[in-house]
Amino acid sequence: MIVGKRKPFDEIKEMLQDYKKVLNVGCGTCVAVCLAGGEKEVAVLNTELDMARKLDDNPIDLDGITIERQCDREYLAELDDKVKDYDALISMACGVGVQFLAERFPGKPVFPALDTSGLAVNQDVGWYEERCRSCQHCVLGWTGGVCPVTMCAKGLYNGPCGGTNQGNCEISQDQPCAWFMIFERLATQGRLDHIKKIHPATDWRDQTPRTLIQPGYKKPDKEEAA
Amino acid sequence: MSAEGNGYKSGSNLEKVLTAGHFAFTGELGPPRGAEVEEVRKKAAFLKGQVDAVNITDNQTAMVRMSSWAASLLILQEGLEPNFQMVCRDRNRLAMQADILGAYAHGIRNMLCLSGDHQQFGDHPTAKGVFDIDSMQLIAMVKEMRDEGKFLSGAELEGKPNMFIGAAANPFADPFEWRVHRLAKKIEAGVDFIQTQCIYNMEKFRKWVEQANDMGLTEKCYILAGVTPMKSIGMARYMKNNVPGMDVPDEIIERLRGAGKGKVADEGIKIACEQIEEFKEMKGVHGVHLMAIEWEHKVPEIAERAKVLPRPKVE
Repeated sequence: MIVGKRKPFDEIKEMLQDYKKVLNVGCGTCVAVCLAGGEKEVAVLNTELDMARKLDDNPIDLDGITIERQCDREYLAELDDKVKDYDALISMACGVGVQFLAERFPGKPVFPALDTSGLAVNQDVGWYEERCRSCQHCVLGWTGGVCPVTMCAKGLYNGPCGGTNQGNCEISQDQPCAWFMIFERLATQGRLDHIKKIHPATDWRDQTPRTLIQPGYKKPDKEEAA
Repeated sequence: MSAEGNGYKSGSNLEKVLTAGHFAFTGELGPPRGAEVEEVRKKAAFLKGQVDAVNITDNQTAMVRMSSWAASLLILQEGLEPNFQMVCRDRNRLAMQADILGAYAHGIRNMLCLSGDHQQFGDHPTAKGVFDIDSMQLIAMVKEMRDEGKFLSGAELEGKPNMFIGAAANPFADPFEWRVHRLAKKIEAGVDFIQTQCIYNMEKFRKWVEQANDMGLTEKCYILAGVTPMKSIGMARYMKNNVPGMDVPDEIIERLRGAGKGKVADEGIKIACEQIEEFKEMKGVHGVHLMAIEWEHKVPEIAERAKVLPRPKVE
C-alpha cells in the first residue's frame, strides 16, 4: 500500500494561517490503513488546529470529511456541492490524492497534511517498510525477490559494494544489505548464475509522468497508436 | 590497441610498467577542501619519482573537494601521472561521459571506476545520491567508449578516450565467497587493473588471490594490493570498528601497542613493508597501491624501506 506520515504540526498550521474556513478531507484507503490520513486522523488534526488557532487569537472554522479514495473521480464527486463553502481544503491523502483533489477544484487552495513515503508492507502495528520504487521494470525475478532499487542504499544492479558490513549496509547496522540478502537467497536456491551476469545500465523511465492503461481498457484509437 | 597503434590500450606509464612485467607501485593524493593549488603541488612533490601513478580521489568519503579531474591536471603539470578516480554517486551518465572525454583530452590516461561512499557519510548528508549507473556499468561504459568509440546510448563518438581502466575490489566485505565472482564480473565488464581495499588480514587476502588464480582471473587483469600504513593505535582501532568492509585483525593492534611510546608509526611502516615484501613474491599480485592517507610526506621513506625504488622507466 501507499504509506505516508503526517507533516509536522507547525508546518500545517503555517500553510493555513490566512484561511478562516477550511475543509479537511481524509482518504479512507491506503493512508487510513497506515494510520496517517483516515477519519480518525482528520478528527485529531482538526482538534489540534482548532486549539492552536484559538490560542493564537486567530480562530478557524474547520470541518472534516473522509471519502473512500481521493485518487478516484467517483468518490471526489461527493465533494462537489460542499467545497464552495470553504476558503481552502486540506488533503490527508497521499501525493496522488492531493493532486487529484486540487485538479477537481482548481479555484480552491489545497494543502497537503501528509508527506508520502512510498509503497510499503505492514511489519507490525504502525510499522511500515518500503519495498517498491515503482521503477517500471521489475528485476525481482533474478534477484531472489529482494529489490535492489529500493533496498540498496545506492540502488546498485551489480552489488554488493565494498561497504557490506556483516550482512548490513554501510549506512547503518539496522539496514540489511540488499545484495547480501540477494546472494544468500539465490545461493540457497542454487541460482547464483543469475547475478554472475553483468546487468547493463538501467533504462530509467521515470523521467516523465507515467500513464498505465491495462490491456483491454485502451481506447480504440490509442490501441492502434500503440 | 590505442590510437597511436603502439599496442597499448592507453600508453599510460602505469600500463607500460605493468605490461613490461615490473612490480607496480602507485600512490594516492586527496584534493584539497578549497581552491588551494599549493597544497596539491606540495603533496605531489613528495610523490614525484616514488610512484608510477597517483590516484586522485573523487570527493572521497562524500566530502566536497576540488574535482578529481582538476586536481589530476595539476598533478600532470607537476610531471606525475594521475589515476583519475570517478564515483557514481555525484554524476549521471551524461556528466560522466563528458568528464571522461574532457579528462582524456587534457592528457589523463588512467581512470578508476568506483561506486562511491554513500552521501550520508559526508558533509552533505541530505544530498541526492545519483547512482544512475553503478561501478560495473561505468567500467563497461568506459571500455565501450575506448574500444568501440561509442557512447552508452550506442551513438558514435569522435576521438576515442584511450583510458587504462581500473576498478576497486574489496576481498574482505561480505559475503566473502562472492567477492571473487564480483572480480570476475569487473573483468568481464572490461577492467585492466584492480586496486584492492587496504589489506591487514593477510590470511584472508592470500585465500582471495588463490581463488582468483584458480579461476584464471589474475591473468586477465593486473592486481595491485592496497596498503595503508597505520599511523597510530587509534587509527587502527577506528579502521577496525568504524570503516565498513575493513578487516583489521587484533594481532595488528597488539603489535602496534607492543612497539612502545613514540615508535607506533614506525612499527606501522614496518608492517606495511613486510606486507609489500610478501606481495612482491605472491603469485597473482602485480603491484602495490599505497594509500598513505594524509601522510604523503612519508611516501619517500616507505618506498625506500619497501625497496621499490628506483621506479622503472619504460619507453
